[in-house]
Amino acid sequence: MSMLTPSADPYAVKSQGALSLEAELGFLKEEQPAPDRMALTSALLYLDNITVSFDGFRALNALSLVIGEAEMRAIIGPNGAGKTTMMDVITGKTRPNQGVALFAGTNDLTSLDEAAIAQLGIGRKFQTPTVFDMHSVEDNILLAVKADRRPFSNMEWNPSRHERERVEELLERVRLKDSRHRRAGDLSHGQKQWLEIGMLLAQEPRLLLVDEPAAGMTDQETADTAVLLKEIAKTRSVVVVEHDMQFVRDLDVKVTVLHEGSVLAEGPLDQVSADERVIEVYLGR
Amino acid sequence: MNRTRIIDRTGGIFLIVVLAAGVLIPASNLLLPAGNPLHVPDYMIPLLGKYLCYALLAVAVDLVWGYCGVLSLGHGAFFALGGYAMGMYLMRQIGSRGVYGNPVLPDFMVFLNYKELPWFWEGFNIFPFAMLMVLVVPGTLAFVFGWFAFRSRVTGVYLSIITQAMTFALMLAFFRNDMGFGGNNGLTDFKDILGFPISAPSTRLTLFFLSAVALAAGYLLCRALVTSKYGKVLVAVRDAESRTRFLGYRVENYKLVAWVLSAMLAGVAGALYVPQVGIINPSEFAPAQSIEMVIWVAVGGRGTLVGAALGALIVNAGKTWFTGVLPEAWLFALGALFVLVTLFLPKGVLGLAASLSEKWKARRPSSDPTPSATPAE
Repeated sequence: MSMLTPSADPYAVKSQGALSLEAELGFLKEEQPAPDRMALTSALLYLDNITVSFDGFRALNALSLVIGEAEMRAIIGPNGAGKTTMMDVITGKTRPNQGVALFAGTNDLTSLDEAAIAQLGIGRKFQTPTVFDMHSVEDNILLAVKADRRPFSNMEWNPSRHERERVEELLERVRLKDSRHRRAGDLSHGQKQWLEIGMLLAQEPRLLLVDEPAAGMTDQETADTAVLLKEIAKTRSVVVVEHDMQFVRDLDVKVTVLHEGSVLAEGPLDQVSADERVIEVYLGR
Repeated sequence: MNRTRIIDRTGGIFLIVVLAAGVLIPASNLLLPAGNPLHVPDYMIPLLGKYLCYALLAVAVDLVWGYCGVLSLGHGAFFALGGYAMGMYLMRQIGSRGVYGNPVLPDFMVFLNYKELPWFWEGFNIFPFAMLMVLVVPGTLAFVFGWFAFRSRVTGVYLSIITQAMTFALMLAFFRNDMGFGGNNGLTDFKDILGFPISAPSTRLTLFFLSAVALAAGYLLCRALVTSKYGKVLVAVRDAESRTRFLGYRVENYKLVAWVLSAMLAGVAGALYVPQVGIINPSEFAPAQSIEMVIWVAVGGRGTLVGAALGALIVNAGKTWFTGVLPEAWLFALGALFVLVTLFLPKGVLGLAASLSEKWKARRPSSDPTPSATPAE
C-alpha cells in the first residue's frame, strides 16, 4: 500500500551509480583514499545512488554511503535532510525509486521486506523509544531474542534455556535487571531507550541503526549511552543518527553530513564542522 | 523467568462455572419439579444455550480484537456461515417429510423449481462432512480475506470497514433466492439431528450441554494461545506493529493465524446456535449483528476472554428482558450501555470487578499504607 515501487531495475543503474559514488566522495581524496572496488564489495552496508521521491519531493537524492564491518558512523544533518528516509530504505520500510542497497555484499535490500531484513541482521531503534508497553521488561527482551520467527514455531509456553540465558545477559547489559518484572510502559524515558537498545542487541544484528538515542536523556544518561554504543561497535557496525553534537563528539567516530537527501561532507567531526558548506547548511545563509 | 499460567484464577472460576452450568441446569430441568424455585423451565434451555453460543462467539471476537488489535465488524459472517453449514445438514435430514415430500430437494428448492440438488449441497447429508464444513467454510473465507487484507497492510478503521462490507455483501448474496440457500426465509423447519428429534427436551438439553463444553474448550484454546510466546507476539503486534516487524516477525502471518482460528470458533458457535433456535437466515449477516458482538466484548472487558463471554451473557440477558418490557427502547439502551462503558469502564465489567476487589483487599489490612490505584478508574 504505502510502498513505492522501484521505477527502474536497481541493477540497471549500477555502473552509473558507482561513478556517482566516486564523485560524491571526491572531495575526500586529499585526506584519505576513496574506497576502491574491493572495499565496496566487502562493505557491510553499501548504498549507491539511492533516490526516493514522494510526490515529486526528493527525500533522498542519489545518496551513496558505505559502512564497513564493525564500523561506527554518526549521521548528522538538519531536519528534512533524509536521515529517517535513509533508515527506512535500509530496513525495507520504503522502496527507493532507484539505486542499489546491498547488505553484506550479496543481499539486495530493495527486494526484501522488513521482517526479512531484520532476520538478515539489521536492527533498528526508533527515534521515540518504541517498546511493548503492556509486556514486562523481560518479555520485551524475550520477544527480541534471536530465534525462529514463524508463528507455529512460537506456540510454546516456556522460554528455552538459551533464551533465558540471553535475557539475563541483556538485562544485565542494559541495567534493567531490577525492573525486569515492571511493565515496559512504566519505565522512564531513558530506561525505555536502553530497553530498546537491549532488544536490538537481543536480535544479534550485524548492523544497528540507532535514531537519536540521546533524545530526552539526562547528561549522565547521554554519556552512558555513548559508552554503551562504543562498546557495541567493537563487534558490530553501528549507524547513529543524532542531533546532539556533544553526543557525537563523545562517540568520536567518522561523521557523515546529510543535506537535502545526499551526502554533503564526510570525515572526522572537527573536519566536517569546519567545512564551509556544512556551516552554511546548519547556520543558514 | 515467570510464565503466565494457562489457567489463572479468573479463568479457573470461569471454567468451573461454565461446566457446572452445563451439568446443573439440565439436571435442574430434569430432576426438580416444575414448582421448585430452582427449576429451569423448558423454554429457558434453548435460550440459555443461545447465550452460550454468543459467549463463544464473543471469545472469538476478543481473540482478534483484544489481543491482536484487529477490530472485526464482520464476525457475524463467520458465525452465519457455520450456522448455514449446520442448517444444510439439518435440511438434508428432513428428507421426504417436507411439505412437498421430495426425498432429496428441500422444500424451498421444490418451490423454486429446482430440478436437482445444487453441487454445493452435495455431502451435507453426511454429518461429519457437514461438521468439517462448519470449520472449513468460515476458515477459508477468513484465510482468503486475511491473506489479502493483512498482506496489503490494511489496518485500523479501514480494515473494520472492509470486514463490515464483507458481511454486508454476504447478506445481500444470501438474500437472493437463486443463491440456493433459501433466500430471505433461510433454512428452517428442521426435524432431527443425528436421528434425534430436534425439539425434544432431551436433544435440547444435550445441545445446551455441548454448547457449554464448546465454550469451555474454545476459551481454553484461546487462553493457551494467548499465554504462549505466539500470544505475546500478538499483543506486541497490537501495541507496536512496526516494532514487531523490525524485530523480524512477519506480522501478517501472526494476524492470519489468529484471524482464521477466530473465524472457525465463530463457525462452531453458529453451528451450535442453529439447532437450538431452529432457523438460520441472512439476517445473521446483518452488519448490526456484528457490531453488537463488539459491544458484548467491550462491555465485558476487552483482551480478557472471560470478560468477552461475560459481556455476551450480560448484554443478551439484558436484551431478552428489555425486549420483553420495552421493545422499542432496546437499541437506545444498547447504545447508551456502549457509550457508558466506553466512558466509565474502559476495561469493562471484568475490569470493574478486578478494581473493586483490589480496593477491598487494600482496605482490609489497615496497616497497609499504600492502597494501589488501579488504572481502570
